[in-house]
Amino acid sequence: MSFEAFLIVSAILFCIGLYGSLARRNVLAVLMSIELMFNGVNVTLVAISKYLAPAALHDDISSVLTGQVFAVFIITVAAAEIALGLGIVFAMYRTNETVDLTEATELKH
Amino acid sequence: MDCVLAPDNILHDTLLFRVIYEWVGQLLPCGLSYAVAGIAIMLLLVNGVLLGAGGFSWLERRLIGRFQNRVGPNRWGPFGALQPMADLFKLLFKEDLVPRGADRIVFTIVPVAMMAPVVLMMAVVPFAKDTALANLNVGVLYVLAVTSITSIAIFMAGWASDNRYALFGASRGVAVLISYEVPVVMSLLGVVLVAGSMALDDIVSAQTVPFLLVQPMAFFVFLAGTSAELNRTPFDLAEAESEIIAGYHIEYSGVKFALIQATEFGAVLTSSAVMVTLFLSGWSGPFSDYLGWAWFLLKIGVLAFIFSWVRATFPRLRIDQLLAFAWKFLLPLSIINLFATALEVYFLRNDAGMLTTNDLWLMAGINFGVAFACLLTFGTLIQDKVRPAKSLTAASLSSPEVG
Amino acid sequence: MLFQDIVFWILSVMAVGAALGVVLVPDLFRAALLLAVVFVAVAGFFILLSAEFLAVVQVLIYVGAIAILIIFAVMLTRDVKHGNLPNRLQIPAVVFATLLLATLVTVAVDTEWNFLPAEQQERVDLVQTGAVTTLTGDLLTESGVAVEDQPEVQKAGLADLLIGDFVLPFEAVSVLLLAALIGALALVRPSPGSRRG
Repeated sequence: MSFEAFLIVSAILFCIGLYGSLARRNVLAVLMSIELMFNGVNVTLVAISKYLAPAALHDDISSVLTGQVFAVFIITVAAAEIALGLGIVFAMYRTNETVDLTEATELKH
Repeated sequence: MDCVLAPDNILHDTLLFRVIYEWVGQLLPCGLSYAVAGIAIMLLLVNGVLLGAGGFSWLERRLIGRFQNRVGPNRWGPFGALQPMADLFKLLFKEDLVPRGADRIVFTIVPVAMMAPVVLMMAVVPFAKDTALANLNVGVLYVLAVTSITSIAIFMAGWASDNRYALFGASRGVAVLISYEVPVVMSLLGVVLVAGSMALDDIVSAQTVPFLLVQPMAFFVFLAGTSAELNRTPFDLAEAESEIIAGYHIEYSGVKFALIQATEFGAVLTSSAVMVTLFLSGWSGPFSDYLGWAWFLLKIGVLAFIFSWVRATFPRLRIDQLLAFAWKFLLPLSIINLFATALEVYFLRNDAGMLTTNDLWLMAGINFGVAFACLLTFGTLIQDKVRPAKSLTAASLSSPEVG
Repeated sequence: MLFQDIVFWILSVMAVGAALGVVLVPDLFRAALLLAVVFVAVAGFFILLSAEFLAVVQVLIYVGAIAILIIFAVMLTRDVKHGNLPNRLQIPAVVFATLLLATLVTVAVDTEWNFLPAEQQERVDLVQTGAVTTLTGDLLTESGVAVEDQPEVQKAGLADLLIGDFVLPFEAVSVLLLAALIGALALVRPSPGSRRG
């Protein structure tokens, strides 16, 4: 359980999410993939705050918690994102009767 | 061979684990005894919850029998106390059906997914002095987080059964769970503020005056919210027998049904245990060094009785009444409670940020006044919701609903 | 530490397997359930990284709220059985993701990380798990974290940071949440004139 192992696992999570958000047609699948990416980033942040010595450590002990604070913010933003995202999904479903992204082409014409 | 748990181990503070580990460690190699101790704790926890669920199911059936002027189960064992065993055997010998069209894997995981939160919740509750299986310093949040898994399990049951009634039950259940989660969390914030800690052990030791008196409104909101989250009768829309037959567990039979039922009864007990810890000062009482567990069980029994009493007394609410009750009644109450508590703590605490027993009594007095005023005000405000809608005529009401 | 290694590997397999399931399983409902599994595994990582508070918050918000919302949406949009189709970007997406993964892994392995000295790790753990929120100057110098001109008591809790150094982002996030709430309500409100809900 080394620091690099955490980084690699979170990189894998992030890249799976990236693939999913690029290659899926369903909006919900894309939203889920974005959540995967958020989680990958969170693991990285917390791992860094546990294992690495921040430059500010000698001035301020609380700087070892910075990574966790960032993770808290990311979780909050993810919650806001999913609420809005699902609102958009419902609006789209109501107008287009589908949640397929390839068919959401109204703005093209 | 002597095995000693390193002080930096996560489980070092768990007394029971350490005792089992060191005892088994005399016979087995250390790595193995670590696993053995873990499994022993898990078995204890699961069996404790299941046995408690069996006992409570008997108690509740007897009590409701008395409330309804019946006898209740009285055939097997003294006062019918072995009835849960009979039920269990009956269910074990029934055929374990999976409906055609069901999502077989998800359908099978559901009973486990329902059981897990109930068992996990029990892990942080201190039964007596220094006995919590894991003394987390985020105990209160942990309890809330673990209960939120239940809603996923309910959704899984509703979806996987491939049955309309199950899906209705599941969506109702999740709507209720999500709405009642908010006031429950807000009411607990008041408790955390007064105790100054989220660890359940610290909350118990902070209760020189039981928080039932210091936080009466929080207790009321938590009691109402919990019985809604447990799908107990005034709020049992998710499994309303007369409307959607049995809700999300309509397709379950045999062992799976037994597990789901055991979970429902066990959940009442674990929630009572959490409430005892948070509001009724947990295991403390006279001679609590030796008799802590007895006080704990006694208080759980009282709360379980209240749950049964409520179930026997009130009729079921409609879904709009249910949601209005959460958003328009419980949520404002919990916010007012949080605000009042924050102000009181701000003005009463001493320089070290601590509250003395006298402060707690003062807060109890103020909060009781606030609670009465708020209950009266919001009770009148929400009254319209409870009256039948105007379109219902006397004729349509005169044929009573059977159920 | 062997125990923690085993837990780490179990959690990694769980997280990566479930994450692959999320993007590959054709049944959207199962994909959403697997997403919940990923969230739980990540909460496990947080516990291993001595961030208990974050682990609990992760379960509370991701499993208790976000996964539920997604499942609700899956149920309401009813595109489930053939819902998780790939689009034309399949191959470029795989290539791009793999390249990025290769880059990230190389960076992770090759970089000379500025690790915390081992003798400070214990003290940092205490701060991070929230076991201590104040450290006196003596303890700090003893562990080598502080220097001489430090005040004797330091606050070091997540809450102190959130409403101290990070108070501006904190307020911004709360405004963001409020905006998201209002925005979501405005989006799903039936448009005036149409009778369909």
